[in-house]
Amino acid sequence: MSSPINLQCVNVKLLAKDPEDVDLEPLIPVFHNWIQGQVFEELLLDVADYRHVHEGPGVVLIGHQANYSVDNTDNRLGVRYNRKAPLEGSNQDRLKQATRAALTAFHRLEGEAGLNGKLQFNGQEIEVFINDRLMAPNRGSTREAIEPELREFLGKLFRGGEYALSHGNDPRALFGVYVKANRSFSVSDLLANLAT
Amino acid sequence: MKSSDPLWKQALAGKMPEHLAREVDIYETEIALRKQGKIDERLFAETRLRRGTYGQRYDNGQRYDGATFQEMHYPSGDLTKGPNTMWDAPGMQRIKIPGGGLNAEQLETMADLAEEYSDNIAHVTTRQDFQLHYIHIDDTPSLMRRLAAANITTREACGNAVRNVTACPYAGVCQDEVFDVTPYSRALANFLLGHPDCQNFGRKFKPAFSGCAQHACGLTNLHDVGFIASKQSENGVEKRGFQMFVGGGLGAVPYMAKLFDSFVPAEEILPLTQAIARVFARLGEKKNRNRARIKFLIQDLGIEKFKELVLEERKTLPDDPRWTDYVKDAEQFSEAPLKPGGEWPSAAADGFERWLNTNIRPQKQTGYVVVTVALPLGDITANQLRSLADIVRRFTKETIRTTVEQNFVIRWVSQSDLPEIYKALEAVGLGDPGAGAIVDIVTCPGTDTCKLGISSSRGLAGELHRALAEKSFELDESVQHLHIKISGCFNSCGQHHVADLGFYGVSRKVGGFAVPHFQVVLGGEWEHNGGSYGLPVVAIPSKNIPKVVTRLTERYVAGRANGETFKDFVKRIGKVELKKALEDLAKPPADPADRSFFSDWGDPREYTLGDMGVGECAGEVVSSVEFDLAAAEREVFEAQIALESGQVENAGKTAYQSMIHAAKALVKINHQNISDDPGEIIGEFRTRFYDTQKFWDPYAGGKFANYLFDAHQKADQPYTGDSSRYLIDEAQLFIDAAHSCYNKMGTAVGV
Repeated sequence: MSSPINLQCVNVKLLAKDPEDVDLEPLIPVFHNWIQGQVFEELLLDVADYRHVHEGPGVVLIGHQANYSVDNTDNRLGVRYNRKAPLEGSNQDRLKQATRAALTAFHRLEGEAGLNGKLQFNGQEIEVFINDRLMAPNRGSTREAIEPELREFLGKLFRGGEYALSHGNDPRALFGVYVKANRSFSVSDLLANLAT
Repeated sequence: MKSSDPLWKQALAGKMPEHLAREVDIYETEIALRKQGKIDERLFAETRLRRGTYGQRYDNGQRYDGATFQEMHYPSGDLTKGPNTMWDAPGMQRIKIPGGGLNAEQLETMADLAEEYSDNIAHVTTRQDFQLHYIHIDDTPSLMRRLAAANITTREACGNAVRNVTACPYAGVCQDEVFDVTPYSRALANFLLGHPDCQNFGRKFKPAFSGCAQHACGLTNLHDVGFIASKQSENGVEKRGFQMFVGGGLGAVPYMAKLFDSFVPAEEILPLTQAIARVFARLGEKKNRNRARIKFLIQDLGIEKFKELVLEERKTLPDDPRWTDYVKDAEQFSEAPLKPGGEWPSAAADGFERWLNTNIRPQKQTGYVVVTVALPLGDITANQLRSLADIVRRFTKETIRTTVEQNFVIRWVSQSDLPEIYKALEAVGLGDPGAGAIVDIVTCPGTDTCKLGISSSRGLAGELHRALAEKSFELDESVQHLHIKISGCFNSCGQHHVADLGFYGVSRKVGGFAVPHFQVVLGGEWEHNGGSYGLPVVAIPSKNIPKVVTRLTERYVAGRANGETFKDFVKRIGKVELKKALEDLAKPPADPADRSFFSDWGDPREYTLGDMGVGECAGEVVSSVEFDLAAAEREVFEAQIALESGQVENAGKTAYQSMIHAAKALVKINHQNISDDPGEIIGEFRTRFYDTQKFWDPYAGGKFANYLFDAHQKADQPYTGDSSRYLIDEAQLFIDAAHSCYNKMGTAVGV
């Protein structure tokens, strides 16, 4: 039995439907508006535009405690929440916090008039990363230690629905899991599942 | 900030060189002491700067959000990491890469750091460094330890110290070099790092090495000390040495380096640089940082006197074995290939062919080439860095370097591997053609992250990159090789002075609102190590700059004489004519409802200079100020024309007059009866704008006002070619500052 891992710097990415239809440029004013309204609990600071970079972080809303982005890493476009500041609580609490933040951001983006409804959750795919190689190196022992925590959390998120879970193999990469639910969920469904 | 921060020291124990580990320990202690209030914020600021840990835009805890100035309430409250610099505000970490040389492991380290502490992007700078943005200062000791474990230091990446020692990235493989400067640049970098004689400068000190005089790659002309490889025969034995230059530099007013010695033997370059450092530390300006670079000391002393002082100092230096220990090995230094040299590939698909044409440079070693990896805006992702590490391991013995054009070069690639390396690079988005071409735009961070930024250099570069990339291969051959370089302000980090088409950010007021502009700088030369500096022609609204590029390049293609360079074309056509050709683009939009000009590229917020500092109330006389400043700007342009036609005295006088008129324009705001007497204007300007600090730039302080005072003081002295040239640059900057001052006054009253 592996020792428990303190899951900090949790990143959650929710994949987008029809990514080829999504134009990232309108996100820039949207994120600036979010800063203007300070719409999240994190302190929102700035917008970074990396649309010129191949399979990059896209457009990033820089915050103090966390960044939000519409990220195209690995050519998989999605809304990413990157928790930077440490969080109190259990691993379940932290997984829930990051996932809820990503879902909330996606929910807002789905309804943003400037995006014309083009950015939508694909309903099934979620990626979870731990952005700290010292705490969670990408190797078997980490996988062994984290997987029970993840399965417990995903069970709640999908309300017991089935899903497939896979891992990246490059030991240099962040520890991450790729989750694909067997059926489609809306952002609201998943937020509701986390609320209970 | 990260939970793992306290754990890295132990995790990397024994893996870091001792001296680097010790450095980080000291720095970490200083952080702790600052948090306890036991180190003054100014001292701490210099401490972190000397470790390359910079502030970033909005770190004063205030940001204009498009409607109002928001206060950023950070968790650490009022704790600062420097004057007016909030502890929690994101910062920039600069990482020194001497000569740009890296190995695969170091690329992977950079990838990990970009991913874990920054925003997944590493940025290559115009001095072969890396920069990571949005870094929390609490993470910097861990970040530095991880770099140290990969044998990289951030020490003296900023601050009043010896900055990264840059070198031609083709050193050792260039067909035109005299010899490989790599070991000499490394020896100098190691020797000067933390050297006691380099700890008391008034400003930074930048060295550079080039293997030849004719190409651009080393840019020795724009460095504090520059070395160009040279050989001399002594008693029938060929000796290695360097042409040594001093006192070059860009910044607001660029200075061309002056020849210190036409041949300094290799054994002497370290002690001679040490002697220069001592003279600079002893005699260089300390109080007025705007005149503290060594270029000003050399200008004031004259090169002969400066040289005399340095040679005297040289005699007093105690012997140091490091001066010569490396020299014998240096002559034997060479890199090795991983694979045997091969044949040039046969013609292939379009994309590959284009890439071969622009991104490949033959080495002097038969069968090998240098492959350039062009980075858009100097940016690369963590995943791309890891892929690049894999590629350099697969095809070379990890021979990769960064360049001053914000790219990578992979050296020692066998020609027969070109199809495969292209495939590998293309698969990860690093196979774009156009390296070193018009599409390969150099830019500083500008208003994206820099506290000094006035206009969005990266936003403009991104826009131009997109537009030019689409039609790059339809462009005339003569245009393909032009260089575009953009700076967000007058400080020239984007090296706009040595571009064919250079731009630097300024602001102007249109209809009572601030509008982001760029000064168009023409006539610079990239080749010959940055052989000549361009001069500003006209300020154009940011949103019209793409049209400027189109118009000037089309005009060049249509009117170019056979084989004529862009620089020569500009000289032949003349700036008057070129300015005339752009004049309609300098005008504000005809439709007052068109608000697009009032925001910058990539930033929808209404443009303001307020993020640089808050201004004060101006009064009511709006239109006459704008009119008078425009007249002053016309005069400084006339001064340029006079200088170009050899009327040195006239040029100097006109430039001086333009400054007086710009000062008068501001004074008139609240003192309409001001006379034309320069003495009175200076006096009133000093009282109303300098002493009150209304004219002060938030970061450059009274620098631009001092240009006026100096010019007035020397107004009776004859002008020389150099002094007129410097005065023209100073006059343009003074007028730009007058515009900014006026804009800020307008911001405060909500004009």
